[in-house]
Amino acid sequence: MEAEAAKLIGAGLASIPLAGAGVGLGLIFGNFLSGAFRNPSAAAANQPTMLLAFALTEFTGLLGFAIAMIILYTF
Amino acid sequence: MSIFTLITSAAETAAAHGDEAASAGLPQLDPSSWPSQLFWLTFTFGILYALMHTKFLPAIGGAIEERRDRIADDLDKASEFKREADDAENAYNQALADAKAKAQGIAAETRAEVDKDIAEMQAGTDAALEQQVAAAEARITGMKADAAAKVREAAAETARAIVETLIDEAPTSDAAAKAVSTVSNAS
Amino acid sequence: MIDIRAAGPMEQFEILPIIALDFAGVDISFTNSSLWMVIATSAIVLFFFLATRRAALIPGRVQSAVEVLYEFVSDLVRDTIGADGRKFFPYVFTLFIFILAANLFGLVPSIPGTPAEIHTFTPTSHLIVTLALAMVTISIVLIYGFWKNGLKFFKLFAPSGLPIYMYALIVPIEIISFLSRPISLAVRLFANMFAGHIILKLFAGFVVSLLSAGGAVMLFGIAPFLGAVAVTALEFLVAALQAYVFAVLTCIYLSDAAHAADH
Repeated sequence: MEAEAAKLIGAGLASIPLAGAGVGLGLIFGNFLSGAFRNPSAAAANQPTMLLAFALTEFTGLLGFAIAMIILYTF
Repeated sequence: MSIFTLITSAAETAAAHGDEAASAGLPQLDPSSWPSQLFWLTFTFGILYALMHTKFLPAIGGAIEERRDRIADDLDKASEFKREADDAENAYNQALADAKAKAQGIAAETRAEVDKDIAEMQAGTDAALEQQVAAAEARITGMKADAAAKVREAAAETARAIVETLIDEAPTSDAAAKAVSTVSNAS
Repeated sequence: MIDIRAAGPMEQFEILPIIALDFAGVDISFTNSSLWMVIATSAIVLFFFLATRRAALIPGRVQSAVEVLYEFVSDLVRDTIGADGRKFFPYVFTLFIFILAANLFGLVPSIPGTPAEIHTFTPTSHLIVTLALAMVTISIVLIYGFWKNGLKFFKLFAPSGLPIYMYALIVPIEIISFLSRPISLAVRLFANMFAGHIILKLFAGFVVSLLSAGGAVMLFGIAPFLGAVAVTALEFLVAALQAYVFAVLTCIYLSDAAHAADH
């Protein structure tokens, strides 16, 4: 059962990028909000960019998640 | 069958299915289903694209465009009407100003005429008055001179009477007059 | 008698043939994935048919909704690509609406007791589908880029105004970034749908596990149930957002192709 254990450990390790994605998402939304409070009139114009950055950052975490799932269910 | 046994059996089936899925691997990485998915994706996406491209999007775009044109048209029309109204207002103001100017002109003209008449009449009156004054003055001067002559005559008469009384000799009136005038001139 | 069971988290992604079809030795069976693609497409077509049946000057409710979508994508294409973007508008719009519909239909709960073949399925949770869409986008970028700019398209990899030694660093990075575009585009959509549905199923599975434990423990089942409801709400946001992101990135890549020579 060593391979099974290694699989689970590997899946756990592959989930670590979620932490980074969390930090990144916090930075994006935090900075957007602080900018939006400073200049509320410019906030609406930058919302698409913010959502784009959100999607790009979230991708990193999801990639880790997908890899974890592949490790768990494919090998 | 109670709900509990039902759920328990459900959980057992679930566990069995989970094991099955785990052993089968990730369905996404099973190449045997790819041709079918690609075919049906192409089919549905292609039909959707063709319908969108040829039918739906031109229709929606046309409707939006038509509405925009219509609104622009209406705005144009509104601004046209506004311009016409402005023109009418301008014309009215112009007419009003013209009439005012005309009225003012007439008033000024009338005033000038009246002024002229007044001036003429005044001049006439002035001249008449001056004439009368001059005549009066002349008369006054005449009367003054008359009066002076009469006074002198009276003085000469008086002087003659005085002299006659004093010296019983009556001087001629000429001499008396000469003497009076000498005295009056000397004094 | 309804068969209540919690499916495994991976079971929802299984491709189950409904009508077996074979074309020149290739298996193109009508599967549950195909079924939901057809359902999504039919729903869009029906919706747009109702909206454009009478193109009224004063739009009704359906027409307004469709016009909002139209203006949304139209503005996106115009702002990102510019005047050249008009010819890509139908493609970007179809892409957006197709992904949106596929994502949203995947969130419709399955009817209990129906065969697994017609259970709700999200076509965009399969990597091959999103990869195909991404490849179509990148193919358009390449074909249009070379058609419009000729060999100047390669200037995309060498932005002007840099010191000459910087190119040794920048050009490989740009090439790698360009090559990873289809993969990131495909994996982003796939992973979002995949992860979201797995989390949904995990929460649902917890509810069933806690209920099957019986007794007072059953009451704890309310917590994962509320979690599943919250995740469903989040998944609606993600479904719309990922369709938008796919469309935005397609527009950005097409814009690169249109303006490669200006770099």
